[in-house]
Amino acid sequence: MRRAIGRSTPLLALWALLALGRAPAAWAIDTTQMPTPQLQARYEGLTHELRCVQCQNEAIADSPVDLAADLRRDVRDMLLAGKSDDDVRAWMVARYGDFILFRPRFAWKNAWLWGAPEVLLLLGVLIAWRVVRKRARLVTADHEPLPDDGSP
Amino acid sequence: MLPELGHFSLILALLLAALQAFFGIAGPMLRRERWVAAVSPAVAGQAVMVATAVGCLISSFVRDDFSVAYVAENSNSALPLFYRVAALWGAHEGSLLLWIMLLALWTVAVAFYAKGLPRLFAARVLGVLGVISFGFLLFTLATSNPFVRLDPPALDGRDLNPILQDPGLAGHPPVLYTGYVGFAVAFAFACGAMLEGRMDQNWARWTRPWVTAAWSFLTCGIAMGSFWAYYELGWGGFWFWDPVECASFMPWLVGTALIHSLAVTDKRGLFKSWTLLLSVLAFSLSLLGTFLVRSGVLVSVHSFAADPSRGVFILSFLIVMIGGALSLYAWRAPLLKSPAGFELGARESFLLFNNVLLVIAAATVFAGTLAPLISGALKLGTVSVGPPFFNPTFMLSMLPLLALLSIGIHAGWKRGRLATQQRTLLYTLVGAAALAWGLVYGIYSHGQLLTPVGATLGLWIILSSLVDPVDRLRRRLSLPRAVVGMTIAHTGLAIAVIALTTVQSFTNEKDVAMAPGGSASVGGYQFRFDGVRPIEGPNYDGVGGTLVVTRDGSAVAVLKPQKRQYWVQHQVTTDTAIHYSRGNNILVALGDDLGAGRWSVRIQIRPLVSFIWIAAVIMALGGAVAISDRRYRLTRAAVPVPGGTAPEHA
Amino acid sequence: MINRFVIPVVVFALLAVVLAIGIVHSPQKGVIVSPLLGKPAPQFALPSLGNPSQVVRSADLRGRWYLFNVWGTWCGECRAEHDMLLTVRRAGVVPLVGLDWKDDDAQALGWLQQLGNPYQEVAVDRTGQVAIDWGVYGAPETFLVNPQGIIVYKHVGALTSETWTREILPLLPAPTRARS
Repeated sequence: MRRAIGRSTPLLALWALLALGRAPAAWAIDTTQMPTPQLQARYEGLTHELRCVQCQNEAIADSPVDLAADLRRDVRDMLLAGKSDDDVRAWMVARYGDFILFRPRFAWKNAWLWGAPEVLLLLGVLIAWRVVRKRARLVTADHEPLPDDGSP
Repeated sequence: MLPELGHFSLILALLLAALQAFFGIAGPMLRRERWVAAVSPAVAGQAVMVATAVGCLISSFVRDDFSVAYVAENSNSALPLFYRVAALWGAHEGSLLLWIMLLALWTVAVAFYAKGLPRLFAARVLGVLGVISFGFLLFTLATSNPFVRLDPPALDGRDLNPILQDPGLAGHPPVLYTGYVGFAVAFAFACGAMLEGRMDQNWARWTRPWVTAAWSFLTCGIAMGSFWAYYELGWGGFWFWDPVECASFMPWLVGTALIHSLAVTDKRGLFKSWTLLLSVLAFSLSLLGTFLVRSGVLVSVHSFAADPSRGVFILSFLIVMIGGALSLYAWRAPLLKSPAGFELGARESFLLFNNVLLVIAAATVFAGTLAPLISGALKLGTVSVGPPFFNPTFMLSMLPLLALLSIGIHAGWKRGRLATQQRTLLYTLVGAAALAWGLVYGIYSHGQLLTPVGATLGLWIILSSLVDPVDRLRRRLSLPRAVVGMTIAHTGLAIAVIALTTVQSFTNEKDVAMAPGGSASVGGYQFRFDGVRPIEGPNYDGVGGTLVVTRDGSAVAVLKPQKRQYWVQHQVTTDTAIHYSRGNNILVALGDDLGAGRWSVRIQIRPLVSFIWIAAVIMALGGAVAISDRRYRLTRAAVPVPGGTAPEHA
Repeated sequence: MINRFVIPVVVFALLAVVLAIGIVHSPQKGVIVSPLLGKPAPQFALPSLGNPSQVVRSADLRGRWYLFNVWGTWCGECRAEHDMLLTVRRAGVVPLVGLDWKDDDAQALGWLQQLGNPYQEVAVDRTGQVAIDWGVYGAPETFLVNPQGIIVYKHVGALTSETWTREILPLLPAPTRARS
């Protein structure tokens, strides 16, 4: 099953649907034009997903160095040759390792990172539930009136 | 001479900070009256010494004293005066001095308002602040002395980094640091209570204005950084989830949770240990941010010159401060108990959910920021994290929070009584949704789900927030400033949400190669490129382009982006040109010279993006209004808190 | 139940350990571990520097050890390591095959003439495609390839005598080493 932006649960797929998640940074201008809007969108998506390994914290779309331009050219050529997005990513990873992907692929070694938000959410719900239950039980014993001056 | 004076002042400041720390903590512990009395003079003395040091450094910059290594590395005789002063915080050593100075200022402010606090407690608070000052001064003198001399002196300076030669530099770091450092006050208040072994029933009321003030500054500081990135550094991008940005955002999230937790502790004496923990956490994240930026453990476009030996020092400092505070917490927090209760639908519940979600958001950002470090340390290989991780996971916790805000704002303390508010809830939600969907599809006629959902949540917050104030005014009841401040701040948040979701979905961007006379069409605007011509400035030269912008034939603007080459560092910067029109930000930037007069040009139309930063200012304003509420006025005696509990004793 | 208030300080202790490890590793943080280690060296066929009709082929290099060095005249660190490369050549233990990455032919030839030529042969990569195939992200980089065509070692940055004696020489079989 294709993971929508790497998330696996339906709830998170909803959020993922809402997120564009596009890196807007720009330090270089890429005037590449692809023949169709679909290819253009895929090209822009991929070049923003791939890290410029020389400049480290920029995507190849935004990096002004030669290596980034060469990698962008490779993405373009692969897309024009009919390769899929996953093919392009695999090609890059074969040469530079997982580090070249800005969105870490879901692998067991990354599970702690991808799973972290859900685990934290679960933990938070548990803690909140415990606190609310305890305090709700205390309410009936608690007879003092609360002057409502409406202050926050 | 002046640099030596500055250096000497720092050493004196270090000694005075040590005295401040010692007298402040040992004095109350051993009940030594004279020691306690010595704390305030030590505070004043330290502040004067730090101010002297800063003055000496500024003077060295202004006088072009290139015998001072820091001045030689960050200034130049051709640098305009304005930037020569701002260059003070342009690199590691000077920015540390700024940190120390702002900490001294906050400490002086606390000492001033300490008249309204119990003497021993105030001494402890100032003592803890003294420990922090001591640590930073020691770090500066030991590893990052700004007064190191060059022998022989340099003939001229290496110039300030051209990217920093912008008015944004003057504002962003000082405001940001004021916020960052300000959380030290809350940290000190928490440590003071923990050292004492009890939480005074007014503790929350004393702490609230300090936290809100620091939070307001931090909000503005982050917004300024984002705005600066937008027009100067990022060519239209304004948030990159860069480690340094994350380092400032995490304290903000926890600080927001802290403000809300303090409200519950103040009002009902509940969540005391949570509030203590959040106070410690907020400043701990500030310290952690300092560590990340200066130790070289993380890769960032932002970081100061990396130096592992500095990293070791800061880490040791972190262990002492944070480890110490959290150990205090483990020891003392179990003593804090409260018999009060509240229902599921009560305000306290909603504030609890709010805080849980904010802390989860902060923890998620934390995980993403430190992922490369954690992965490397656990030998799990290299992992790289960027916006594709942060954006969806951040929204995961934020979207529920926004909805809960609109509901919870109607909930009463202790008993909630939401059932009576059903009609209000329904009307506000439907009204917001109708308005949101109508506006989005009316203006854009297409779109992703994100924007109408975000606009609905935002408008719902605004409508919900206005219900109570409007009702009070109608019934001619009092409207405390705290309520006004809260309403303003929540409205600011709502505007930010609406603006952010609109920008995410409807940004229109095109990178094109243009020849003189050529044109491009983006987002309903037409852009005609009129070529470039040479330009010159006080310490740079370069080219300036001209783009004529029209819409449906009528003139909109003439934009003049520039590419500058600075003489000293030979660095090329790109200066964007921005125009605001009909709620849109039109941005153009010059790319590369493609030969034969052709240039690559970036054209970007962002609707509502300015409102993100305006919203941040509104939030900060709300904080300021809330602080001015008369309940926080200085009182000599402790003010009894309605519905509060009697103080516990250790 | 253990006092739950102890949890924050315990979590912090773990974090401090991670940060400490991070500091220890920080000089290496920019170095990406190559996924090509232990894998076959990418195939290439490029014109030779100075003699464009001649082709430098990876296939021809099978059957013996060689060092694959990526460089360019525009690269400062390459200039810094050049003397070390000449030392490697003089040692005569393993040949150097150069990849002139995104460079100007005339400048490259002049450079080798002026400073000395440590290479057995130099392939010219004008487009940068071969460098990308080898996972190069900054010059200079040096790869050690065994006679079966497998990459056994990669060094990023200027080659130092330390790296040569401690990392590369031990990987070469004894009879080859003995000749040094």
